[in-house]
Amino acid sequence: MIESKLKVATCSLCGCFGCHMSLLDLDERLFDLAEKIEFDRSPLTDIKELGECDIGIIEGGIANVENVHTLLEFRARCKVLIAMGACAISGGVPAMRNQYELKDCLEESYTRGTGLVDAQIPNDPEIPLLLDQVHPIHEVVKIDYFLPGCPPSADAIWTFVSQLLAGQPITLPYTQIHYD
Amino acid sequence: MMESSALIQTIRDIVQRHNKMPTRLLQILREVQDSLTWLSAEAINAVAGELGISPDKVRSVATFYSFLYTEPHGSYDILFSDNITDRMLGNRELLHYLSERLGVEINSTRKDGLVSVGTTSCTGMCDQGPAALVNGYALTRLTKPRLDRIVGLVNAKTPLEQWPREFFEVVSHIHRADILLGRHFADGAALRAVLKRGPDAIVEEMVKSGLRGQGGAGFKSAAKWISCRNAPGEVKYVVCNADEGEPGTFKDRVLMQDFADLVFEGMTVCGRVIGARQGFVYLRGEYRYMVDALKATLQSRREAGLLGEAILGDPGFSFDIDIHLGAGAYVCGEESALIESLEGKHGVPRIRPPFPTTHGYLNQPTVVNNVETFASAAKIAVQGGDWFASRGTAESKGTKLLSLSGDCERPGIYEYPFGVTVRQVLEDCGAKNPQGIQMAGPAGHMISEKLFDRRICFEDLATGGSFMVFDHSRDILDGIRNFAHFFVHESCGFCTPCRVGTSLMRDLVDKVHTGHGTRADLEEMRKLGQIMRVGSHCGLGQTAPNPVLDSLDQFPESYERRLRSTAFEPAFDMNAALEQARWLTGRTDPDAYLDEEILQGAMP
Repeated sequence: MIESKLKVATCSLCGCFGCHMSLLDLDERLFDLAEKIEFDRSPLTDIKELGECDIGIIEGGIANVENVHTLLEFRARCKVLIAMGACAISGGVPAMRNQYELKDCLEESYTRGTGLVDAQIPNDPEIPLLLDQVHPIHEVVKIDYFLPGCPPSADAIWTFVSQLLAGQPITLPYTQIHYD
Repeated sequence: MMESSALIQTIRDIVQRHNKMPTRLLQILREVQDSLTWLSAEAINAVAGELGISPDKVRSVATFYSFLYTEPHGSYDILFSDNITDRMLGNRELLHYLSERLGVEINSTRKDGLVSVGTTSCTGMCDQGPAALVNGYALTRLTKPRLDRIVGLVNAKTPLEQWPREFFEVVSHIHRADILLGRHFADGAALRAVLKRGPDAIVEEMVKSGLRGQGGAGFKSAAKWISCRNAPGEVKYVVCNADEGEPGTFKDRVLMQDFADLVFEGMTVCGRVIGARQGFVYLRGEYRYMVDALKATLQSRREAGLLGEAILGDPGFSFDIDIHLGAGAYVCGEESALIESLEGKHGVPRIRPPFPTTHGYLNQPTVVNNVETFASAAKIAVQGGDWFASRGTAESKGTKLLSLSGDCERPGIYEYPFGVTVRQVLEDCGAKNPQGIQMAGPAGHMISEKLFDRRICFEDLATGGSFMVFDHSRDILDGIRNFAHFFVHESCGFCTPCRVGTSLMRDLVDKVHTGHGTRADLEEMRKLGQIMRVGSHCGLGQTAPNPVLDSLDQFPESYERRLRSTAFEPAFDMNAALEQARWLTGRTDPDAYLDEEILQGAMP
């Protein structure tokens, strides 16, 4: 009988997918990882529906309604939830808009830009509505682990995942969490 | 605003009066602001030009201190003291009343530029609040009728000198006196003792006395003096820390107002012992009202031969004292930040060691002692160390001045021998039905009834003197919230654990206070508090989590009764965060809302 693999889901909210690129940077270690886990919903699998999972890994912060719904769903379906990278942990680059009014941000793009025809702020119900500020994900749901970096290096991700899967406390070596 | 050439002339005169010394920068900026109501870029550039330093250096000072303004500001600047004791006395209602009557929003300047209204940290008038400052001068016992009169005076542009004197009356409520406040002291007695017996004998008496730093840290004063005395260096300094910023403390105010001679004498004795010729009193900006009187006292001491050249006729004994006024920065109570400020810089604590006794003011050996410590030292020089040590406990000799405020019948100053129980103090001040005490200010400890039999001394409950009483009608968390906001305002911003930690702690306390907190938030507070304690650069950040950590242990019910039953609650109102976008797009479809039910359904 085959030992059942842990189910892992990942997603990118308001992020740049850089953390997922770093995840792919695991290279041949992905084969070792695949021995132990099975990906559920993730940009890597293109599965759209989230199942019951053991681990959820979130890249990116919370900028719109869809981000909120996705994050809430991950929290409800994943036993352990991880904030990966600067945007998930602190809002990151997208949160630089927090110092401006949302109105100014949207007008800058949609009404004051050059070459615009029929300039207006988009209001199609299919487009997720923006929150007035970008928030780190721990302000919306409880987060169990934080993996810092912009993005965290593949080595840091590997250390983190290996220790987590082995049931050990997480200790990242200094070389994997300094960025200069 | 003044004409450019007039502005430059005004600034040139002020800088000249301070002998173009960059160490006087903070004093210079205070005076420039007094003339111009705020510090414009032009004014800052002119000060920099006159002093021959970079405008950025001047700006770093101008933007650091609360009482210096780099934005246009009213000719009348009214700041309400916003300590929890002022709040107990109803200051918030008065603040809103005044802003309404004057037609000015809180924390802003009226359109005509005449008046600004805002709040500030504790101004040290807790026994006679609600209190405020107008252009830096203390207003006490505010009431609505008094505010009505102030509105009239402001609108009529009446100069401050013509305002009724009783508005500015500061009373010293001394309810219990012991060896420091009670015994008569003849001016010059300590100086005669040091001349007669010599500095060595005075050091010996200081050692015997066991006197410890009365600011609250409790370092042996004799050890400080000896270390500075033995430190190599031609020029040494004596600094009196009268930057009494700990909310709820006002004993140094009473000492400086009523016992200035005693304090100056203690400083002069110290000068003689360590071989210093110059002393400074660093007086907190909030006590500006007493500067003229203190300068007059210094002058009369010079005339009496107790200060200046050849004290008591001894050509080898020269010592003088200068008053340096702060500008609203709690962190400057930390001795190395205080020295930085004294040097004309922004007040960020230095890395220690080296300590001020070897590398202090201008990097020279310096003794920094609290006001009460110098006053005690003067008495010890006259009466001897054994006399002083006969009071108090094994590790805490002598007496301690306590500043009593909050829910008690007789707020004011109480001098006790070290070792008095909290219960005794509560009885003496007429505290009916006390629920808890904030000891030693927000940076100290919150104690509940269970601990009222503990004793006030360094072995048990150490304190700099603040003693704020909360009775059972009070919500402890109101106090904790007030303190959490206080630390955010006062963090100097130098190190991350304090700068960010104080803000995160405030957000968590606010979240619980407004009924959105969960048990997970309480755990987060404990974790965060631990990081701040261990990781902060100076005492401010290390002690800033104390009120929260103490009250979580001592008053858990004041948190728990506000908690939500869920395991986790968002830190902000998500539906409200969509309001702007709904308005911008005109959307009202279901996806334009985040309902409470959706959120709750997804929570584990």
